[in-house]
Amino acid sequence: MVTPEVRFLAAEKIPTLLKRLGERYRVFAPVKVSETTVLFQEYREGVQIVLDRQTTAPAKEIIFPQTERLLSYTYRKDPEDPQKIELQVEEAPQSAPRTIIFGARPCDARGFRVFDSVFTAGPYEDPYYSSRRQQTTIVTIFCTQPQNTCFCTSVGTGPTDTEGSDLVLTPITEGYLAEAITEKGKELLQDEAFVSAQERVEEAQRAKEGIKLESELDLEGIPQRLMELFSTDFWERVSAKCISCGACTYLCPTCYCFNITDEAAGLEGERVRTWDSCMFYQYTLEASGHNPRPTKAERYRNRVGHKFSYHPINYEGMIGCCGCGRCIKSCPVSLDIRQVLREAKAYG
Amino acid sequence: MEILDKLKEDIRGELEGVSLVIGWERGYDSLHTTPLFIRCPEDIDRLIWNPLCVHNLASYLPWFKGRRVGILVKGCDSRTVIQLLQERLIQREEVVIFGIPCQGVVDLAKIRARVDCSQVRGVSFKGDKIAIETPQGQRELPLEEILATKCISCQYPTPLIYDHLAGEAISSHRPPGLLFAEVEKIEKLDPKERFAYWQQELQRCIRCYACRNACPLCVCQDFCAADARDPHWLSQKTGIGEKFMWQILHAIHLAGRCTDCGECERACPMDIPIQRIRKKINKEIKELFGYEAGVNLEVTPPLYTFQVEEPAIKEREW
Repeated sequence: MVTPEVRFLAAEKIPTLLKRLGERYRVFAPVKVSETTVLFQEYREGVQIVLDRQTTAPAKEIIFPQTERLLSYTYRKDPEDPQKIELQVEEAPQSAPRTIIFGARPCDARGFRVFDSVFTAGPYEDPYYSSRRQQTTIVTIFCTQPQNTCFCTSVGTGPTDTEGSDLVLTPITEGYLAEAITEKGKELLQDEAFVSAQERVEEAQRAKEGIKLESELDLEGIPQRLMELFSTDFWERVSAKCISCGACTYLCPTCYCFNITDEAAGLEGERVRTWDSCMFYQYTLEASGHNPRPTKAERYRNRVGHKFSYHPINYEGMIGCCGCGRCIKSCPVSLDIRQVLREAKAYG
Repeated sequence: MEILDKLKEDIRGELEGVSLVIGWERGYDSLHTTPLFIRCPEDIDRLIWNPLCVHNLASYLPWFKGRRVGILVKGCDSRTVIQLLQERLIQREEVVIFGIPCQGVVDLAKIRARVDCSQVRGVSFKGDKIAIETPQGQRELPLEEILATKCISCQYPTPLIYDHLAGEAISSHRPPGLLFAEVEKIEKLDPKERFAYWQQELQRCIRCYACRNACPLCVCQDFCAADARDPHWLSQKTGIGEKFMWQILHAIHLAGRCTDCGECERACPMDIPIQRIRKKINKEIKELFGYEAGVNLEVTPPLYTFQVEEPAIKEREW
């Protein structure tokens, strides 16, 4: 257990802090990229940092990039004997640079905890993910204004959850109270932008206590319930309005399915890992042409089942969802996973 | 009779003869609506109609081929139904069309750009204004400012095809000259600036295919060239080149078919103004073939046929 260290960070000091950290780390922060979208981007001077709302896409991409080069290859023909082809393979490096995610939310951090159970805890450790995860320091801001789509408290986390974060920030007047959760977090507090917080601790305590998001979803028994509904027409009914796009999965902090393809151009190419989505027909399309999930009903069942049944069954009860609500907010038809779970409990 | 009451009455009369009727109901909060599949008379009570009913429900029609279904359409949505019929992707006798004369629907992205919508408590309409209740207080916005772009130049407020019409037909008071206003602005940029503009916008595309799947004319769906495994037409990488390629692929496949419903852009979780790419193609089609998709059931879309001499294509002068 690390003794928490507490400091004050003035909001106006953030740009200089990030710039200074940028000399030693790759630093990502939420940046306004259009009138309505905020995304994690590598910090550059002059960008508009936005810390008072949830980002459009989660921080997932930083540790689990949408496209990851695994190796590059080149075929070389022997000019003397064109039948003879030599293959050269160059593997992508598996060591990641030191990185900071500044301005994550507790749901972002929780998302990585779900990833950890699959990608770092074994039996199959993912070297690319593991290395990035180890090298990344997560600075999380507590949520003072849960949105209509938020339901983190229902899935075992919350707006002031510290799990998965290295340093947490509580918004107070003109800045933040910073608390180190891990050694990595403590290291950041060494920066001169963090100053003595003595007289601000109480204010932060009151701010934290003022943050409320009632748990509104009763998920008791849901893993078993979803298994019972597996072969019913429930899924066809609830997925009727789903348009089978990948917005929910690609914007989900806990969706980790991927695809591996060889992208060739002439005699050279790359083997890449890219995000996949269980909403797509190709997701489980087998080489034989058979598809065990031929319609959106089976595919939607997989999405809900994975998060709320198979994941908790396989990983000591941990729900594979962080309650960020992006799948609701960004769904083109406003399909609400909370409503689906409520209906699952009541169905039949 | 109010539009909603008339709709409900007409649906009640037809419900027995169809598998379901597709309309709208309240979504997860008062600013969002969601498609409603009416299967029994009790479901009818959940139906709503207001400027938040943004979805083009005709996108669902090809899914129900072989079953008789009812559908609620605004003027713009009715163009999709016509185009689907022209392409024989649906059968006329399999759809019961409930038409709604429409004064315009909102663009939620335009609202989000003006008001923090994350904690909306209530929404109401007062004449030509929308009032949005948030914890920070009430915000009133003129509807005209936040209408969907397609509504600002709408020429077909009354559906062009229907079995039932909820209310009196209305005619357009919108200037047709605005139809391609955004495209013309981009055309004025020199190629370098234009490329930079699209590069900046498309950078945030996540290849989620919400644009494709929301598009009512994108009927390949599960067998789309963009994610075909064999042949592997398009790289699965997510660089800016692949994003461009996908958007162009989609736009080209819609040439002479896009009915300008704007679902691609509305569905985009990254709020990328991608409808402009489709609109550019629509403009070309109009100039080349004098054709506007989905307004006349009797004609053949230009790329479904050919003429030896196209009047607007000066082949011999090249």
